[in-house]
Amino acid sequence: MPTHISKNRDFNISPGVIITGKWHKKQYQIIKPLGFGAQGSVFLAHSEYGRVALKFSWDNANITSEVNVLKKFAKVQGSALGPSLYDVDDWVTHRGTYSFYAMEFIVGTPFLECLRVRGFEWASVFMLQLLKDLERLHREGFVFGDLKPENLIVTGPPLKIRWLDVGGITEMGRSVKEYTEFYDRGYWGMGSRKADPAYDLFAAAMLMLHAADFRRFEKGNNPEKQLMTKVNDHPLLKPFAPVLTKALKGQYKDARTMRDEWLAITRETIIDVDRNTNRSTRTRMRKKKEWKGTFILALAIFFAYFIYVTFFVM
Amino acid sequence: MSKGTIRQILLITDGCSNQGEDPVAMAALAKEQGIVVNVIGVVGNEESATRGIQEVEDIAMAGGGISQVVKAKQLSQTVQMVTRKAMTQTIKGVINQELRQILGDKETIEDLPPEKRGEVMEVVDELGETVDLEVCILVDTSASMASKLPTVQEALLDLSVSLTSRIGGNQFCLYTFPGKRRPIEKVLTWTPKIQSIHSAFSKLGSGGVTPTGPAIREAIGSFLNLPRRRMIEHADTYIEESGF
Repeated sequence: MPTHISKNRDFNISPGVIITGKWHKKQYQIIKPLGFGAQGSVFLAHSEYGRVALKFSWDNANITSEVNVLKKFAKVQGSALGPSLYDVDDWVTHRGTYSFYAMEFIVGTPFLECLRVRGFEWASVFMLQLLKDLERLHREGFVFGDLKPENLIVTGPPLKIRWLDVGGITEMGRSVKEYTEFYDRGYWGMGSRKADPAYDLFAAAMLMLHAADFRRFEKGNNPEKQLMTKVNDHPLLKPFAPVLTKALKGQYKDARTMRDEWLAITRETIIDVDRNTNRSTRTRMRKKKEWKGTFILALAIFFAYFIYVTFFVM
Repeated sequence: MSKGTIRQILLITDGCSNQGEDPVAMAALAKEQGIVVNVIGVVGNEESATRGIQEVEDIAMAGGGISQVVKAKQLSQTVQMVTRKAMTQTIKGVINQELRQILGDKETIEDLPPEKRGEVMEVVDELGETVDLEVCILVDTSASMASKLPTVQEALLDLSVSLTSRIGGNQFCLYTFPGKRRPIEKVLTWTPKIQSIHSAFSKLGSGGVTPTGPAIREAIGSFLNLPRRRMIEHADTYIEESGF
């Protein structure tokens, strides 16, 4: 049978519905939808593991492939970079059978919202955290693939960036199947979709371009020039232009080098912050001057009063 | 070692055919020869999508492929998704056939418990990454498609980027219809990478003819023109859509 992808799009489950897995018989009660993506829907649910995120896909094969990656990925690394996987099962309904998996529900603030509230200086912190995590992932032979704000969440305090959806994780050397145009190297004509560390680093740089004005922009006729102009002209991006340029052009072989260079720039921008402190001491000095003025005025009045008193008393 | 070849026809059109053979029959003919026919219906923002949808679905169904109707803006993502999905479907078709032989009549990948299914999908993904793929692309360049052609062009370049990022080999060829004198015109002979098609869509078909049927027939024929050594190599190893 041919598949008509569009017909499966209106996939929704009402709150309160209890889902029982066909194979493992675990029960999940839907609380609310968490998000609808191009590949599937995620719902919040009660379960024996506590609150979990349930992911369904338009395409059952997708779920199976994702779970495969999650399992492989869980085997090679101890501490969780992404959400941990609890259960994989099928949900049988009269409309058809849907594959799903249950994963850890991560509580936090969406990446961009967090930046909006706390300020752009946090972008640097998150970038460094992200690059460290990417380096670990790359060392295990995987590439994140679909790196975008929607797949990142900030937990804490202490604030820490975490990966929300790991559906795009691809084995190194294979082709990236799940991507979002704005963050995709291939879309901007800056390289292939073959999974290598530089693919993620391009997306990480685009994340900063997005975060700088909280909006994505359309691709123009000369994408490379367009990106370079953006990086060099934007006041928030300009200090990081050397690193962003190299990342966009695919000149970093690994996340570590990019992180080191980013960190070096952050240290330089501390001087910037110092200059800010200077500005504040300057205002303090001005305040001191004002105070001096008041003192002199008071002194003059006191002196006049003294003369006045001596005149009259004498 | 070669893992076999998947053959697809990708038809990009916006409406009803009105000249030559029945495109649905031609798609069925392609399927009989182990060529899957995928169809993408492109609609503008203003038009209602109903007009050509039935034909789009019928052609894909007869051709054992996937159909999808989209707005021009979403074309890039759709083209690569449909091509990939159809590949997976073809591979799953073959594996299901094997499973049925081993496990009995009704057993398919979906009937396996999740753990076993994971192992099978591993093989499917591996094959999808490594098989050789031959795609003959047919683009409807009739007058009504004019405004959508720049987007189509971009989508095809994008498809090439996606597919050439795979480990397996690729061959693309490109036809437009209607042609100037013939119903269909060859723009690009078999090539491993789509690079320069900027001039391809400059010659627009005049009049209201849309010979979709003859175009599919010609596309089937194009697979015979693939380099001869290749053909012998893969003559009996291509993966055939098994119709499930």
